Amino acid sequence: MEIPYTVHKRADTGLYNAKLGIWLFLASEVMLFGGLFSAYILLRVGAGEGTWPHGWLDVRLGTINTILLALSAITTLLAWAALKVKEFGKFKFFHACTMLLALTFLGIKSYEYYDKFHHYEIQLNNGTIADGHFVEQSADFDLAKKTGTFTIHGHIVERHAELMDMRSDEAKKAKHEEHVIAAADIKHMENYSPRHNTFTAIYFTMSGLHALHILGGTLVIFYLWGPGSRMWKTDPERFTNRIEVSGLFWHFVDLVWVFLFPVLYLT
Amino acid sequence: MSLKAFHLIFVTLLTALCFGCAAWAFNAGSTEWGVAGIAAGILVILYGIYFLKKLKRISYL
Repeated sequence: MEIPYTVHKRADTGLYNAKLGIWLFLASEVMLFGGLFSAYILLRVGAGEGTWPHGWLDVRLGTINTILLALSAITTLLAWAALKVKEFGKFKFFHACTMLLALTFLGIKSYEYYDKFHHYEIQLNNGTIADGHFVEQSADFDLAKKTGTFTIHGHIVERHAELMDMRSDEAKKAKHEEHVIAAADIKHMENYSPRHNTFTAIYFTMSGLHALHILGGTLVIFYLWGPGSRMWKTDPERFTNRIEVSGLFWHFVDLVWVFLFPVLYLT
Repeated sequence: MSLKAFHLIFVTLLTALCFGCAAWAFNAGSTEWGVAGIAAGILVILYGIYFLKKLKRISYL
């Protein structure tokens, strides 16, 4: 028995099966990301004065990633439009571009995560705070035994509040250089991982979930571009619908980024 | 809603983002980024017009 409405629209809904399915799925995704954005707003509003970080993320990298995703939305649309006018070669080209753009996005995101995991805030016994990126540590470095040294490239501040606004004039003027810190002088140290503070926690949660969506979407697009594209020869209309559905998902993921970028990078 | 309609929503929000970023940059004292944001917004609008013309025959539903 043939499954109805895989290609043509059902009269009462005006949709074919896959399109109804993707919109239901996207509705659940709106609730998922909506919940996280709500959590962000509540955490931000509830944060005490001077405790919410500003300028911790690189706006230039965020802007590049925004451009990459915007371009990938265009290539996704063009890939679908190419199939609508029966130009399979153009479809292949545009979807290959989409995958390249998506992988570049993930590469940049990985670099940003790497950068955060190598960024340390070190509270020293004299009350000052050393903040910077990991350079090297001596072979005998052991924080518990208080042996060895830990080298960072950054600066030393008197108050923790000075680290919260990296766009302030003070932060811009700060001289960054290498600091070799003896383990015996360290009271506490931790990197800018999700557990560092509320901002890093919500940043990694939201951007990580978004990156997983990008990865999932890329895998689907790769399947439809590669082995899945055989359907073009047997059932071109249904294949075009599949591309439209994957394009709807991709646009949703891009749309989430349009909100994530100002919320995380421009705060 | 077809991919065409969803793309139109995306382009509209992207335009808003560009102008929003321009306003943020001017407020932060960065004229170059502000001008770049406005230029990007205008570019996205022009693209939107181009895309609507190119996909005239495809339905919004």
